[in-house]
Amino acid sequence: MFKRFFNTWLLPELARGLGVTGKYFFRKKFTVQYPEERAPRSPRFRGLHALRRYPNGEERCIACKLCEAVCPALAITIESQERQDGTRRTTRYDIDLFKCIYCGYCEEACPVDSIVLTDLHEYHFETGAAGTISKEDLLQIGQKHEQAIARARAADSTYR
Amino acid sequence: MDAITTVTVNIDGREVQTHPGSMIIQAADAAGIYIPRFCYHEKLSIAANCRMCLVEVEKAPKPLPACATPVSEGMIVRTRSPVAAKAQQGTMEFLLINHPLDCPVCDQGGECPLQDQAVRYGQDYSRYLEGKRVIGPLDLGPLVATAMTRCIHCTRCVRFGREVAGSVELGATGRGEQMTIGTFLGGTIDSEVSGNIIDLCPVGALTSKPYRFSARSWELTSHDAVSPHDSLGSNLKLQTVHGSIKRVVPRDNEAVNECWISDRDRFAYEGADCDDRLTQPLVRTANGMEEVSWEHALEQAAKTLKAAGDLSEAKIGALIHPISSTEECFLLQKLVRALGSGNIDHRLFQRDFSDDPFMPAYAGIETPVADVEMLKGGLLIDCNPRKELPLVALRLRRMVLAGGRIGALGSLAPELNFPLAAQESVRPAELLATLCGVISTIEGGTAKLPEALRSRIREANDAVDCAALASILTDSQGQGAVILGQGALNHPDASGLRAAASILAELTASQCGWIAPGNSAGAWWAGAVPHRLPGGKAARNPGENAWSLTEQELHTLVLFGVEAAVDHSDPIRLGGLLDRAHKVVVLSSYRSAVPDQADIVLPITPYTESSGTFINCNGQRQFSHGALEPRGNARPGWKVLRVLGNFLGLDGFDYRQISEVGLELPEPPRPWARTDAQQWKGESGSDWPTGNGDLIRVGDIPIYRTDPVVRRAPALAQTQDGVRATYCRLHPQEMTSRGLTDGASVRVLSDADSIIMPVWSDAGVLPGCVFLASADAVTAVLRTAQRLSIETVN
Repeated sequence: MFKRFFNTWLLPELARGLGVTGKYFFRKKFTVQYPEERAPRSPRFRGLHALRRYPNGEERCIACKLCEAVCPALAITIESQERQDGTRRTTRYDIDLFKCIYCGYCEEACPVDSIVLTDLHEYHFETGAAGTISKEDLLQIGQKHEQAIARARAADSTYR
Repeated sequence: MDAITTVTVNIDGREVQTHPGSMIIQAADAAGIYIPRFCYHEKLSIAANCRMCLVEVEKAPKPLPACATPVSEGMIVRTRSPVAAKAQQGTMEFLLINHPLDCPVCDQGGECPLQDQAVRYGQDYSRYLEGKRVIGPLDLGPLVATAMTRCIHCTRCVRFGREVAGSVELGATGRGEQMTIGTFLGGTIDSEVSGNIIDLCPVGALTSKPYRFSARSWELTSHDAVSPHDSLGSNLKLQTVHGSIKRVVPRDNEAVNECWISDRDRFAYEGADCDDRLTQPLVRTANGMEEVSWEHALEQAAKTLKAAGDLSEAKIGALIHPISSTEECFLLQKLVRALGSGNIDHRLFQRDFSDDPFMPAYAGIETPVADVEMLKGGLLIDCNPRKELPLVALRLRRMVLAGGRIGALGSLAPELNFPLAAQESVRPAELLATLCGVISTIEGGTAKLPEALRSRIREANDAVDCAALASILTDSQGQGAVILGQGALNHPDASGLRAAASILAELTASQCGWIAPGNSAGAWWAGAVPHRLPGGKAARNPGENAWSLTEQELHTLVLFGVEAAVDHSDPIRLGGLLDRAHKVVVLSSYRSAVPDQADIVLPITPYTESSGTFINCNGQRQFSHGALEPRGNARPGWKVLRVLGNFLGLDGFDYRQISEVGLELPEPPRPWARTDAQQWKGESGSDWPTGNGDLIRVGDIPIYRTDPVVRRAPALAQTQDGVRATYCRLHPQEMTSRGLTDGASVRVLSDADSIIMPVWSDAGVLPGCVFLASADAVTAVLRTAQRLSIETVN
């Protein structure tokens, strides 16, 4: 009876709640001020795609089309041909980024670690057509971010 | 005591009834129990060298190969028991020791028996750390790509060459790990059925060169089609990705092509898909040919056809290529006949038409193709079955291996893949007389010959052993066949040859057959001949045939799929007709096939992009489905003709689908390839040989020049058959006497013209003769000259 009266009229919940507010008010702030600040990311982060090259500059992709076959969103389109030197190469490697669901199966399927998902996630398109990214673009992304890509693969290699 | 007709074996707990003498694997296949295998193939002999089909047989001390173990009554077989599984796993481990792990770049990947069976019967890890064996490259020519490191030595390709194709080109050398498959003296594979080793190879050692790296098996969509390139109508699967044909593989049909197809059927798709395709209608204006809309082009075509149809005489002519579907032939003749003309023909290379009134309903082979191997005797007249009907040649070969005898009489000695019991070569002008000579050696033969043929007997070549050729048929006891090849059908004496062959068949109770090109049977049956209406009914007012048409003055000439520069026995003469015609309407798939004289060009699709029926040499109707959407603005020929009929305001052109066209044609009867010889009056062969040269011309249409599609297939043109077609050929004796060497350039002269081409020696050409390919833009200028001379060019 007394307890209920006390709880009703002296508002202890309010005081408790304000206590929590007060506690965080004076604590060290943990809000990340994106884009000036970044949260840490796992090496397994699955962002924008890239095609990698070997250190000697040769493209890794051998047009086996396993990524195309495994892609659940049918986002990858590949056409292949025999290159002048007799090797199997793609003549077209398109990824429709609107279709892609960033599941990373393509990277799992790749026998030569060519197609990878980088940690890039800040990109935009200004036209609908730009949402389909070509082989040249993918190779360029790979070239530009090779070190980061290699670092992330190395960090994750012990778990594979 | 009755012979045992069945034995019962127990396979995996199931009672299976099978024939005595059959192997465990055959009994298991019949019961639907799968036993892994690499070297076993039902069409090849049993080699038992891959050891993958090891199974456990009760009371046997160790696992036995299922492909080489005959069944016996009460045998108990276990294909999945621990003993069998361990044996299969061990075999797989051995096979994978030297097999490279390059499945991602291998064209076999995804349809590879080794890949599939490694997953199902192998281990999931490798214990092998040592180096792998590597084999150097092997060049097998333009059709088959090789990666011999992948070879597991099942010897299917070797056995195919030895047993089926009859051309021993591949062999195995070395033993054990040193065993390698290679060609003799590093030659290429030149058989016309070589593509089948691609299908046979259970790994990626032999793959298709034109298909190389262009697609993966799992993304291919298959479309059922029928080959229009020869009169067999092989069943095909056209496989497409992203709107283009990637490859062609056989569709099993025991009655027609079994599980094989010829290289022509397999690699011709490159020609159908080439860059030379027409994709927009063209009409001649003051500025030359201009691309126009379909509506404008059809209006123009209808206008000129209408104007021609309104003239009092038949001033419309139409030539159609025999590669066209039966529906296209039917609609074209319907259109031409509705406009009051009977001038339609598909027999572009035929020279002698004098027996048209008493021809059978269509050109075909009386013997069902599947029964060819059961024949006892055969006589080939100016026929090279290997190049004309490659898969029928395989069956003829089987017939010879089973004890049958085949003789050949012709102006060229064919290089066949089976031994001939008798082979006689004569000059073209002596062919009919010699055939009559063959008939005269048979009892009662001379009496059977009509007067016109009997008078020829004395002209027969004395050097020919006519009795030997005749005995092949008389000894066959009604199990023989007389087969006229392309050379005989296009011979200036063709009607006489047909009459004589009919008499020969009648005398010896043999069957008769004509090997006509492509869908000739369909064209005949659809009425694409001047003297017959659809269904083989005689036309009341026969029109002009492909030869006599060239002498006419036409208002409008329609060319359907015909390449005027090559597709005629005398293209220059056909060119003259084009020059004189007021308007020329061309329906073609290819830009380069359109003659300069064309006024209206309507782009049609080849067989890969349009559906249609093809009637084969046995009168069997087979429906072929187009695999692709028409390229650009090209349209299937039957649709173009249907709409053209509408533009002309003709009745009976309101078809909604192609099946409605086919319904207007009755089912063809069984083939009957004989003419009524008693009616033959001997009109043929009067105007030849012509010319003054010292060499007599012989020749045929080379295997890879038969139709516009094949002519545009680059891989086929690079084969030995394709390259040899560009040479003129002389007997080695002639070569030496003239001081010529293989590959030397010579000038070939007729009375009027000359051409320069390389020369090659060929023992199959008679001394005093020169071989020149027909259906060729180069040899076309020599026209039909029968006598030629040769000069060396420095």
